[in-house]
Amino acid sequence: MSWEPRPTPEITPETERYWSAAADGTLLVRECTDCGLVYHYPRALCPDCFSDDVEWKEASGEGTVYSYSATQSMSGWPEEDLPLVLAYVELEEGPRVMTNLECDPEDVEIGTRVTVRFKAVEDADAAVPVFVPRE
Amino acid sequence: MAAQSSAYIAGAYEHPTREAPEKSTMQLHAEVARGALADAGLAKDDVDAYFTAGVPEYESGLSPLIMADYLGLEVSYADTTDYGGSSYISHVGHAVSAIRDGKCDVALITLAGRPRSRGQATGSGARSIRSAQDSFERIYGATNIGMYGMAAKRHMHEHGTTPEQLAEIRVAASHHAQYNEDAMFQEPVTVDDVVESRVVSDPLHLLDCCVISDGGGAVLVVSEDVRSRLERECVEVLGHGEAVGHHRAGRIDLTRTAAEQSGTRAFEEAGVGPEHVDYASVYDSFTITVLEAIEDLGFCEKGEGGTFVENGALKAPNGDLPFNTDGGGLCSNHPANRGGMTKVIEAVRQLRGEANEEVQVDADLALAHGTGGSIGTRHGAATVVLGGEDR
Repeated sequence: MSWEPRPTPEITPETERYWSAAADGTLLVRECTDCGLVYHYPRALCPDCFSDDVEWKEASGEGTVYSYSATQSMSGWPEEDLPLVLAYVELEEGPRVMTNLECDPEDVEIGTRVTVRFKAVEDADAAVPVFVPRE
Repeated sequence: MAAQSSAYIAGAYEHPTREAPEKSTMQLHAEVARGALADAGLAKDDVDAYFTAGVPEYESGLSPLIMADYLGLEVSYADTTDYGGSSYISHVGHAVSAIRDGKCDVALITLAGRPRSRGQATGSGARSIRSAQDSFERIYGATNIGMYGMAAKRHMHEHGTTPEQLAEIRVAASHHAQYNEDAMFQEPVTVDDVVESRVVSDPLHLLDCCVISDGGGAVLVVSEDVRSRLERECVEVLGHGEAVGHHRAGRIDLTRTAAEQSGTRAFEEAGVGPEHVDYASVYDSFTITVLEAIEDLGFCEKGEGGTFVENGALKAPNGDLPFNTDGGGLCSNHPANRGGMTKVIEAVRQLRGEANEEVQVDADLALAHGTGGSIGTRHGAATVVLGGEDR
């Protein structure tokens, strides 16, 4: 499957590090050093305790499928990239992250173990994390 | 503490149109406002508060100004809470609070929109990336139906819910819509019709989705003082609750909605429970939206919604929980892609004995519930409990 052109993320000061790490092939999550929460999507203040003592943590890139849905038709999305598998993957570190599964929908079910891949976008300073079933 | 004063819905009006290519959205707002005033027996100059969630063509923050200007309203109170489609149910609750606080006596709430004439791909269109959050969601092609599809799949995984059970919700709605001459789809459908319709985003089929319609609606909430001067039968707002459900920082649960909190709050305020409800308007953007809400509102245990809706529980007039007797968003109307307003209006019709004859329930107590936004990311839940005059 190709995704050209893949939508380009809106990069902000709060999320710039996340996207640049993805461009380098690393998935980051946020970890609060005060309350210990590991969370997604990235925010400068911990959404549980409002501490700003939060760090970037390198995720393993491994997880399991929490849920998914294969979208058969979508206006505004390239026909050749359908069906599109929208999913929530539960990372080993805890957070459930919205993503795509880059595989035939028949090859996946809830609980399937998956691993991260990165899709290039027009902006070289970013890449989009997606997941594929683990070998 | 003195007993709280009561507030009442005195006027309710649903625009009969489902497609309005020749009209502006603002004109539709004006037409439904006029309709609700006529229904109540009130005059435009009686209105002293205005509630609306926005005109989609405009910046939502500007809309109460634009609309008060367009409608020529002189108001002492305005509110533009935007919880997506559940907004208008919130507005009823907010209007009651404002009336109890003595800020106003006649609150007008309007909704209008023209997504059908504008050719909007509401549930199935890719969206442009306009915010940092979009970058973590829409960039993945997260459509409404894709997100509700994920919720349905997870519900099936955890609780054994089936596509046929979801289809029963559409079947019941279509049974009601056949008696509504304004409904977009008046033909009754079967479970087979639903599960054999095209899959849009699995496990949801085309017939698991609501309609896309132009139109709108309005209601008027009034004080006890105003109500005592009216001849029109009024409906008392007995309880209101709302809540916001969201990602919880990465711990989203796609099988549960904030109806758990909004429903509990509304029932507590009303001093009743789900077992007392004779009729329920339940937000129905998709069949799964209804299934999760009836569980979360306490009409059955979590996970038993599928079993509950089998065998016609939602069908009026004799089901255990007659719902959406106008045909709902699934078959009749989902004006502006926001179904909360029509949920309130049909509940008012039921309590006044003005629903279509074949689906009229012997109703003293009704509930209207909205789920706005997306249960796949963040959503507003709003619930009102309403009582008829003769209860």
